[in-house]
Amino acid sequence: MPSVTSQAGIFPLTRHSVLVAAQSADPVARSLAIEAITLAYWRPVYKYVRMKWNINREDAADFTQEFFAHLLEKEFLNSYDSRKGRLRTFLRTCADRLFMNQMRDCKRLKRGGGSPHGSLDFEQAERELATVPSSESPEARFDKEWVRSLFALGLQRLRASCASGGKMIQFELFELHDLEDDDPKPSYSQLAAKFGLATTDVTNYLAFARREFRRCVLDQLREMTATDQEFRREAQALLGVDIR
Amino acid sequence: MKQLSDRIVAKLQAEMQVPDLAGTRYSVVRHLARGGMGSVWLADDMVLNRRVALKVLDLVAPADDLGALLLREARILAGLEHPGIVPVHDAGTLADGRTFYCMKYVEGQTLAQHIAGKNLSEKLRLLERIAEPLDFAHARGFIHRDLKPENVMIGAFGEVLVMDWGLAKVAATGRKPTEDGISMVVPDPQNSSRVTGQGSVLGTPGYMSPEQEHGGNEVDHRTDIFSLGALLAFMLTGSSEEAPAATRAVPRPLRAICEKAMATDPNARYQSAREMAADTVRYLSGEPVLAYPEGWFERVGRIYARHRTAIVLVGAYLLMRVFFILFARR
Repeated sequence: MPSVTSQAGIFPLTRHSVLVAAQSADPVARSLAIEAITLAYWRPVYKYVRMKWNINREDAADFTQEFFAHLLEKEFLNSYDSRKGRLRTFLRTCADRLFMNQMRDCKRLKRGGGSPHGSLDFEQAERELATVPSSESPEARFDKEWVRSLFALGLQRLRASCASGGKMIQFELFELHDLEDDDPKPSYSQLAAKFGLATTDVTNYLAFARREFRRCVLDQLREMTATDQEFRREAQALLGVDIR
Repeated sequence: MKQLSDRIVAKLQAEMQVPDLAGTRYSVVRHLARGGMGSVWLADDMVLNRRVALKVLDLVAPADDLGALLLREARILAGLEHPGIVPVHDAGTLADGRTFYCMKYVEGQTLAQHIAGKNLSEKLRLLERIAEPLDFAHARGFIHRDLKPENVMIGAFGEVLVMDWGLAKVAATGRKPTEDGISMVVPDPQNSSRVTGQGSVLGTPGYMSPEQEHGGNEVDHRTDIFSLGALLAFMLTGSSEEAPAATRAVPRPLRAICEKAMATDPNARYQSAREMAADTVRYLSGEPVLAYPEGWFERVGRIYARHRTAIVLVGAYLLMRVFFILFARR
């Protein structure tokens, strides 16, 4: 699977570039754009179909790969209109339709067929799925997975930015303090001792990393949305504030 | 790609909302409330060692328009120095590009919370105190345009504050502002018209005057009189939408005050908040209210209620005299 670091090189961070490229006539640009969309959405789609349609893991993995292949081949995204709804809702609806069509046509999913990406980590996704509460709806899981993917891509972006800017200590501090599940998390003084820094430096470095992380996530989101209006709507939803 | 647990994702999500106060004198304590264009955060002012409230624009709001609007709100508040209007201490831009302003942290209750269990006279006294800052702002040419129970706070020491001047507008026909010699803020009317979207519908249904609801440009300070009437209706009936006229529990003069304040035609309303408050005070004092032409029987009843002790004493005295005369003749 291509990394976002490489993606950043392919796609300059222009506003809304991915959606525009995915709807363009240029097959190379389209293919790269669908690849970026796949990176952000394969996990939500996989978990959604597993939960919603109660299909086994192999069929869900096949369906997920076929879905993104359809996205590229059938030019699904050309019918997406950001004024009518969010991209993620559109993709979820497309997944439902494709699944229903396949059921209607009694078409068996071709194992491993038509995949634009050979290395989607379905095993890991399956392990994560095992921890999902049974009361949660597939739609809620889809949205949560979308946020998780977005944050993970933002994190990759942050790592790349810190590496190129000579600020890997800031990134490592952020990883250790903010991204680990361990309880209790290391204190600022413990981190200072570990990295040979003053405690105030840890405070400042963490503040920098958090600020940069926020910027990276919003950059990523901007790239994955079609218009400023959709970006704001999605960002408001992401930040958990009311949408007016 | 690093896998993030649901717990970490939720934590990061919450953290993304926290304003970046790097380089400022403030540190965030907790989230207080969410408003139309941003959030209010409780913060520590580390220089003066006191609690303050920070109103911070949404992270993804279109910075040009809403940033200017928030700054404009801060300037309006800074210019309206009145005990009934929350004072602003500071304003600026945060490291993450968001506009903010710092104001006094008001610990207290909203109007709706405060009036629970209060009697009629306490509620009317409260209305009088809400009318004061409103009248003060009107005199300086500002219209609030979003007066509602959530925007009135009663502080820990009983102080009444009119909050959230985010929709405030410079009145086209305000009264002369310098009668009392207090200098007034002169905001850029061109800017204010633009950022408040002149001609667009702003406000809260149930408290918004008809002319404001239609989004017309001719809204003046009497739109706040309508809201003040709706606020009185809310205090009397528990709902701004329920016409007090339909509630027999509300005395007729008070129903009339609400109806006058909430008249569709601005010319038929009270022409100032002070005038409306004076009418409620008249009611409290047992005097006739301007909004209600009372009948002869009602007048007698009101006079009796107002001077009950004196009337009873005089009556008792006269009765005693009659008995005395009758007894003396025998």
